Amino acid sequence: MNRLDSRLSLAHFYVAFSAIIVAGFFGLLQTMVRSEMIVLPSYINYYQLLTAHGVLMALVFTTFFIFGFLHACVVKTVGDFSVGTRRTAWIGFYLMLIGTVLGVIMIVIGEATVLYTFYAPLQASPFFYIALALLVIGTYFAGAADIYQYNKWRKANKGQTSPLLAFMAVATLVLWIIATIGVVATVLFQFIPWSLGLVDTINVTLSRSLFWYFGHPLVYFWLLPAYMAWYVMIPKIIGGKIFSDSLARLAFLLFILFSIPVGFHHQLLEPGISHGWKFFQVVLTFAVIIPSLMTAFSLFATFEVRGRNLGAKGLFGWFNKLPWKDVRFFAPFMGMLMFIPAGAGGIINASNQMNQVIHNTIWVTGHFHLTIGTTVALTFFGVSYWLIPYLNGRVLTKRVNGLGIYQTVLWLVGMSIMSLAMHYSGLLGNPRRTQVTNYNGHSVAEGWGAYETAMAVGGTLLLISLILYFVVLIYSAFYAPKGQEEFPIGEVMDAKLKVPSFLENWKVWIGIAVVLILFAYTVPIIDMIQHSPPGSKGFKFW
Amino acid sequence: MHMHKLEKIWITIGIVTLIAFLSTVGIQAFTSDHHKPPSDLTVIDPEKVHETAPFDEPGLKELGDNKYELIIVLQSFGFTPNDIQIPQGAEVTIKVTSIDVVHGFQIPGTNVNMMVTPGHINSMTYTFDETGEFLILCNEYCGTGHHYMSAKLEVI
Ligand code: HEM
Ligand SMILES: [Cu+2]
Ligand SMILES: [Cu+2]
Repeated sequence: MNRLDSRLSLAHFYVAFSAIIVAGFFGLLQTMVRSEMIVLPSYINYYQLLTAHGVLMALVFTTFFIFGFLHACVVKTVGDFSVGTRRTAWIGFYLMLIGTVLGVIMIVIGEATVLYTFYAPLQASPFFYIALALLVIGTYFAGAADIYQYNKWRKANKGQTSPLLAFMAVATLVLWIIATIGVVATVLFQFIPWSLGLVDTINVTLSRSLFWYFGHPLVYFWLLPAYMAWYVMIPKIIGGKIFSDSLARLAFLLFILFSIPVGFHHQLLEPGISHGWKFFQVVLTFAVIIPSLMTAFSLFATFEVRGRNLGAKGLFGWFNKLPWKDVRFFAPFMGMLMFIPAGAGGIINASNQMNQVIHNTIWVTGHFHLTIGTTVALTFFGVSYWLIPYLNGRVLTKRVNGLGIYQTVLWLVGMSIMSLAMHYSGLLGNPRRTQVTNYNGHSVAEGWGAYETAMAVGGTLLLISLILYFVVLIYSAFYAPKGQEEFPIGEVMDAKLKVPSFLENWKVWIGIAVVLILFAYTVPIIDMIQHSPPGSKGFKFW
Repeated sequence: MHMHKLEKIWITIGIVTLIAFLSTVGIQAFTSDHHKPPSDLTVIDPEKVHETAPFDEPGLKELGDNKYELIIVLQSFGFTPNDIQIPQGAEVTIKVTSIDVVHGFQIPGTNVNMMVTPGHINSMTYTFDETGEFLILCNEYCGTGHHYMSAKLEVI
């Protein structure tokens, strides 16, 4: 990859890594406050800390990492950016950065203690909402650069199938663009005018629904780049082949279709939305199981075929043949493995009536520390171990590889302890987003304390892991020996199979997505507007 | 598009299981009111809660034959009323609303759990079969005193 585009990607990664190290430290503090080991100094509020943790992790770390990664994948497979395209991508980066800095300032000065979901009618400073808007609008510039590059390749290579990695990057962007319409709409048309005082009140249910129209596909926006690494990079790393190009594309398209018209499963316990529409979206939610099963099948087929080629015998003999000592494989693989319990938890969360038991308990927090905090994070760690030296013209050394495995294990153990404690005490009723949970020593809450302590133990291991990761990355980026690290891109097992062209007919797929969204949302949204109660004024309870 | 035979079997098993699962969830949810997640569609002016029935008189009301209605108003950072006694075996319809921001209404150890958004009334019915001390807590962040927002409920 050329130097200029490498620098672009790296800028994104550096912001992402700074965000995760700071937010990780906050995460540990949260566990210590909840378990009553420490009391925060009076100038820091717990919920301010939690807002920062949520924003920096869920919005900043993920978004910057992903755009750094997508730019690298696009440039690598469909060619260097032109000067203009690269400039567009940089404008995107700076808008995102300005948004991030402004948002963080608002949180630090106590003008936005509203948590990363910023539910109305808690009202932050208008600058906080403007910051969020800048972050998202920045991604549109970044995304435009990647999509433009992909289209340029397709025009120059008429009739050919695009590189799988570029296709997947574009699918991820299509999902992101459709999904963010919801959050952009609520921020621009509801939150900003309301916080500026241009309008007095806000329609709370509408704002929550627009948020969750975005909130669920957001998690697929985090997951799809991890799937890119699993589908395309892991096969190469283990010396195998991609099981099927067409099915991989189909899986990504199905994720676009089934991850958007489903936000009501986050609002199952909410008044003002009828049960029938909730259930309809629950059914659509579960449709993502189909591409998920396809993904699991392809990946394990790749592993098994590779193991057998290396002479593995018996039903599971191939398992031992995988390169367990290679962090580029080990970290993402452990992420995959943790996706099994994570997915099972997700099925419970979305199950209409079972949701009742866990909604807004710390079980939910345990759940997404497995999905995003483990599956996605470990995959991103695994990628950064080779991508950072690659972009800097250095190599992943043996020593770094060894430390990386150690770091992965620490993360796994830490997350397992923290997440298990969260899941279990959530079942006992322990609420999330709560500074202390002893409720004046009420007997019901007595049993939760031990789990809070376990979370702090897990959190400690996690922070140690994160510090190790950070140190190793700095070494890999600036001090490792110069050389050419590999950018692993797998080949397809059966290269003779043609990829059907309908898979790349974006108009059709986006059309289907829009139809599904209109179907799932039009009637309930019209209801929310027509049958709305008097709106809410803003409150600042911090 | 080529699909491996084993993959077809795998996906088919997946789809069949999914349909069975969703049918179970759907039948349970639509045949009994008790299994529906709370989805009350009644609206209310959040600034006139104290003047609007039934929230002008919060508390437990007997509706007849072991049936009760429990009316609770939520605000940062408390429940009104906040010390409640309920006779064992009572079937209680709980109605809640908020006068300010979004709150949660949860009774750990039971299935009672609902979101309370301003402008809306939410409700669900629960039968308290066992005696004991229960805790009502707010499980949605509502400001810096959120962790103080709780109430006592005793089943006697
Ligand atoms: C050092 C590692 C980490 C620790 C110790 C940690 C700890 C925690 C704790 C204790 C909470 C819940 C606090 C509460 O509800 O009262 C929390 C919430 C959260 N964490 Fe983490 N976490 C870590 C890493 C991550 C990562 C890697 C991500 C995602 C990339 C993440 C995303 C979130 C989000 C989105 C929330 C929800 C915030 C909210 O409820 O508003 N965390 N974390
Ligand atoms: Cu979701
Ligand atoms: Cu609260």
